[in-house]
Amino acid sequence: MTALERPAMRERVPANRAGARQAPWLLRKSVQERLWRGFALVLILVGGAACLLPFLWMVSTSFKSQVEVYQFPPRWIPRHFLWRNYTAAFTILPFGRFFLNSAIIAISSMIGTVLSCSVVAYAFARLRAPGRDALFLVLLATMMLPGQVTIIPVYITFRYLGWINTFKPLIVPSFFAGAFSVFLLRQFFMSIPAEMDDAAKIDGAGVLGTFFRILVPMSKPALATVAIFSFMGDWSSFFGPLLYLNSKDKMTVPVALSFFRNTQSGSGNMAYMMAVSVIALLPPVLIFFFAQRYFIQGIVVTGLKG
Amino acid sequence: MHLAFLPKRGTMARREAYWFYGLITPWTLGFLLFTAYPIISSILLSLMRWDLVHSPKPVGFSNYTQALTRDPLFWQSLKVTAIYTFGSVPIRLAAGLAVAILMNQKIPWMPFFRTIWYLPSVVSGVAVAILWLWIFNPYFGLLNYLIWLIFRVQGPFWLAKEELVLPAFIIMSLWSVGGGMVIVLAALQGVPTELYEAAEIDGAARWSKFLHITIPMVSPVIFFNLVTGIIDTFQVFTAGYVMTSGGPNNASLFYVLYLYRNAWQYLAMGYASALAWILFVVIMFFTVLVLRSSSLWVHYEGVRAR
Repeated sequence: MTALERPAMRERVPANRAGARQAPWLLRKSVQERLWRGFALVLILVGGAACLLPFLWMVSTSFKSQVEVYQFPPRWIPRHFLWRNYTAAFTILPFGRFFLNSAIIAISSMIGTVLSCSVVAYAFARLRAPGRDALFLVLLATMMLPGQVTIIPVYITFRYLGWINTFKPLIVPSFFAGAFSVFLLRQFFMSIPAEMDDAAKIDGAGVLGTFFRILVPMSKPALATVAIFSFMGDWSSFFGPLLYLNSKDKMTVPVALSFFRNTQSGSGNMAYMMAVSVIALLPPVLIFFFAQRYFIQGIVVTGLKG
Repeated sequence: MHLAFLPKRGTMARREAYWFYGLITPWTLGFLLFTAYPIISSILLSLMRWDLVHSPKPVGFSNYTQALTRDPLFWQSLKVTAIYTFGSVPIRLAAGLAVAILMNQKIPWMPFFRTIWYLPSVVSGVAVAILWLWIFNPYFGLLNYLIWLIFRVQGPFWLAKEELVLPAFIIMSLWSVGGGMVIVLAALQGVPTELYEAAEIDGAARWSKFLHITIPMVSPVIFFNLVTGIIDTFQVFTAGYVMTSGGPNNASLFYVLYLYRNAWQYLAMGYASALAWILFVVIMFFTVLVLRSSSLWVHYEGVRAR
């Protein structure tokens, strides 16, 4: 596992390296080369269209009237844009409440994850103690365990505690440092030169001082990556909320969507269902567009650990 | 108290060790509460019959023998999940690799296209399942509309046909092929340019460069995508729960969906725990198989054993 030693999160993967390699080809501009590149471009365009089409389909349906939804062939641009499908999203069922619930859970878990994981990752990356590497292997091993193995006893425990139909089972565990985020942050901390720590120590900083004055400020991109991954995961998470939340005022958006799909007013009203789905997918999509570079970084770190 | 494994008392090293154990406490507690204890508890539960109401009854290995010998739905769910996994994972791997190679051809606006392709991977869960439910609608859905546009025939009843429901789920899983692609692309851009230049001096053809440089250099990433793909796909739940409820005639009864029903609908906590452990063994079996095979086809740069 070289990744453990290797500073994995390279801040800027030289984006034009591939370009540099192609440069001699470009200058030659052989017919074969042009053909090949044209072919690649066409495939990428067609595939890209296929990636976008479901999104456009969803948005298009969300503005249609009940009649227009069931027209064949479908119109991509609705005759009238029915914004009332969106306002109805918050009146037929209290989706405002569901969004609030989802936000409370996702944001609380995000805070818990960032706080607990950064401290634990710092210890694993910088402090020496007997048994440290063995413990880190245990941490990596827990990532392999499928959640189904532990979910039943965990559920029973929360049931004994009377936590069913509260947010606690979905928030509290995030304060106990999940393995994946610890791993990601540790990899990043390892890539920060230890000389930085030494400089802080000479200035009289202790263990915590070094952490807060050196590592935290230098790791903002990595912390943002962990925060984003955590938020996105919890925002669309379904299995846990399905088990733990059962009254209507506690439901998260995914649970409410699934519940609503099986009701009379939901299954028959595709435009409304799509409007709610558009709103549900808006936060992840917006976060992705505004924080793209953190995504790519997180992918590079976690993806190249093989 | 004499703690022989710790560094000498009063030294800096000793204090550092104390800090280490202190700072990793969130993870240690989390490991004990949410991993170690549930594992032991789950093993014991799998040897019992328990409906959460009456007191648990030890039954030896009968939960396991019942699943393996007397429960046709267990085998059905295992079969469905295996077909889905070994149908979707290889296609996704091949497509991800192909698209990454296309993307790496100095295509204009590459970051833009990468964003488009990656976009479906940032959304997941119930909203996406409901979107695809609408796409697969036999009369008014997007997919059959496209089939009608191209072939002028009525497309099939995707989710209502036993033999088409899994292919439909595989099509749906292809939508997010960009997730794996981005990882491969990052690896491709890390391949040293000199390798290709040396091959060109030797007069290597495009295909030969692909086979002898590109594939070996990105094989660790393909390996990573394969392992995580198998592990994640075996645990698929949301699509089956929301879109088909396991139907028609159990043709999409995914393993975790069957486990969920046993635990939270039939309240067979013991039986569900046994199912969870069988799933663990199945996933481990395939993971180890891939790991064992990796020395044959995964190339690691450098001498260090990973």
